[in-house]
Formats: sequence, structure tokens, C-alpha cells
Amino acid sequence: MKSPEEIFQILKNNFGDSIIELKKDLPAESFIIINSLMIDKVCLFLRDDKELLFDSLMNLSGVDDANGQSINDEEGGLKIIGGTLSVYYHIESTKLGHKICLKVSSPRENPIVNSVYYIWRHSDWHEREAFDLLGIKFQNHPDLRRILMPYDWEAGHPLRKDYRNPEFYQGMKVPY
Amino acid sequence: MGLLDKQFTDDNIVVTNVEDLFNWARLSSLWQMSFGLACCAIEMMATSASHYDFDRFGVMPRPSPRQADLIIISGTVTLKMALRIKRLYEQMPDPKYVISMGSCSNCGGPYWEHGYHVLKGVDRVIPVDVYVPGCPPRPEALLEGLLKLQEKIRNESMVKKSA
Repeated sequence: MKSPEEIFQILKNNFGDSIIELKKDLPAESFIIINSLMIDKVCLFLRDDKELLFDSLMNLSGVDDANGQSINDEEGGLKIIGGTLSVYYHIESTKLGHKICLKVSSPRENPIVNSVYYIWRHSDWHEREAFDLLGIKFQNHPDLRRILMPYDWEAGHPLRKDYRNPEFYQGMKVPY
Repeated sequence: MGLLDKQFTDDNIVVTNVEDLFNWARLSSLWQMSFGLACCAIEMMATSASHYDFDRFGVMPRPSPRQADLIIISGTVTLKMALRIKRLYEQMPDPKYVISMGSCSNCGGPYWEHGYHVLKGVDRVIPVDVYVPGCPPRPEALLEGLLKLQEKIRNESMVKKSA
């Protein structure tokens, strides 16, 4: 069983600059910030290393950090320019009993994160959900389609903070 | 019942009119499409089960829209589902009836403001005969809704359009 500090040190020794920071002493659990284009390699190492053996991805969730510049556009709606979208990975080793949380951030205008589909297969639908609701593009995912919203939904990604619902969808009025 | 108010002239003959007979037959065997959407569907299943026994009103589930007279919209209608509900409704043969069960299918319910995926009332895609309020409605409320629908069918006319 390894503490977050030990896990961070092992990753730092193996991946250097791709491991950005360990955030600890939070009210919630500690997490490690990782480069979004290295996450697949880091995760493969975390799964297969004899000391770590993270065999289970408990959760993968996308977050709109909304840390860009907020402006009101001509229609009176909110628009966010710049900033990041993030993905959090909660992983666990069922063999060794330790857990850790990973975070990657990606620019809002072109959010590209490498997919961990080939490492933990249950990330398939989680990544599709994060794509559907936040528009995060998972590179190397074999089937990155919308999963909850209709395939022909054109109004964007609903969980972004500057999302606006359309007036109509397929002839049906959407607002109350 | 309307049917038996009329006079008996012989042991085996009941005198009535076609309208009353048809209405009585329709309201006494409302075959429901076996179809549920969300938590309201659990209450609907409880209503079908032995304790509340939908079958005593002639309501029984049919797995095909072609054999169904009644569709109970039991739960949240998402925009994705609304198109399917419309198609199912159109596949049902006339005469057909709709019960909207619960706040979600009546008006969007708790999703009325921030539910980006929810249709705010199933009456935006299909015509509703009876609205049953509640979140979810108890089986008694659904039975009351069914009795209201039967009352509506009993007063239908073959020549005059009712709705």
C-alpha cells in the first residue's frame, strides 16, 4: 500500500516533466496533475508496475473549470473564452488496496486528452459521456460518439457553463 | 353502466344502443401498452400487481402498440424518447387513449428549468386524455386517473367528436 506522496515520487522518477504537481492537504483526497497527452502512458505504467497495480478505474469524469474570461455576447448570454476543461480519474488497486486521483487539463478551445480505453476498458462509456456533455476529445478512442444526447444534437455540449439550450429540437419546443 | 339501465324484455336480450355498447366495451377492456419510462413506471407496475390489480378494470399490458388501446406515459420524457413515443402512439390503432402519469410527463416536473434533455410535457408531441399529478403518483392516484378516463369514454359519441 502506497501513499499519494510515494506514488507521486515513483511517477516523477519515471516520467519527469509530464507529472506536473501533487495537490495535497485538501479537504478531499489528494490528486496528481498530469500532462493530458501523456495520461495514457502514465496510466499504463500505473496499471502494470509491480508496486502500483492500479487495476480498476473507479470513475472518470469531465469538469468545466470555467476559469477563462467571461463575456456577455450580443444576445445577453454568457460566453467563456480561454481557460481549461479537465478530466479526473479515480483509480484503485484492488490487490494492494491503495487509491489515487489523477487530473488532466486541456485548453477549452481544443480539448484533446489521450484515451485510456485500451488500459481500462470500462473507460469506454465514461469517455463518451465526457465527450457528449463537455466536448472533450479523447484521442485514440475507437468509437467517440454521443452517448446520452441524441446523435443529431447540434446545440453543443450541455454541461459547459456557457451552454445555451436551443429553442427547438426536431420541431419540439425545448424551453419551458 | 348505462348498458343495463335499459329494459329487459327477455331472459337473453338486453336492449341498448350501439353507442353505449361500444363505449362500455371500450372502457371495460383498456389494453395498455407495456411500456414504462422512469420511477413512475415502478408505481405503474405496482398498480398492475396483485395488491392494486389493474386487471379488475380490464387493463392488461400488451407488448405491441398494434394491440394496445391505452398508453400510460409513466415518467420523464426526454427529447430523445419523445420521438419514439410519438412513433409508438402513431402505430396504435384507433380508438386510442393517453394517460400522462406524474409531474415529468405532465409539464417537465423537476426538470422544468435546467433539464436540457427533457421535453416539458408529453402533450407537446401527443394529445393527452387524463393527467395524473404526483411525483410519482401513488397507485390509488393512477387508478383514479383510469376511472376518469373510463368516465370520459362512457360519454363519448360516435357522431360527435369528443376532444
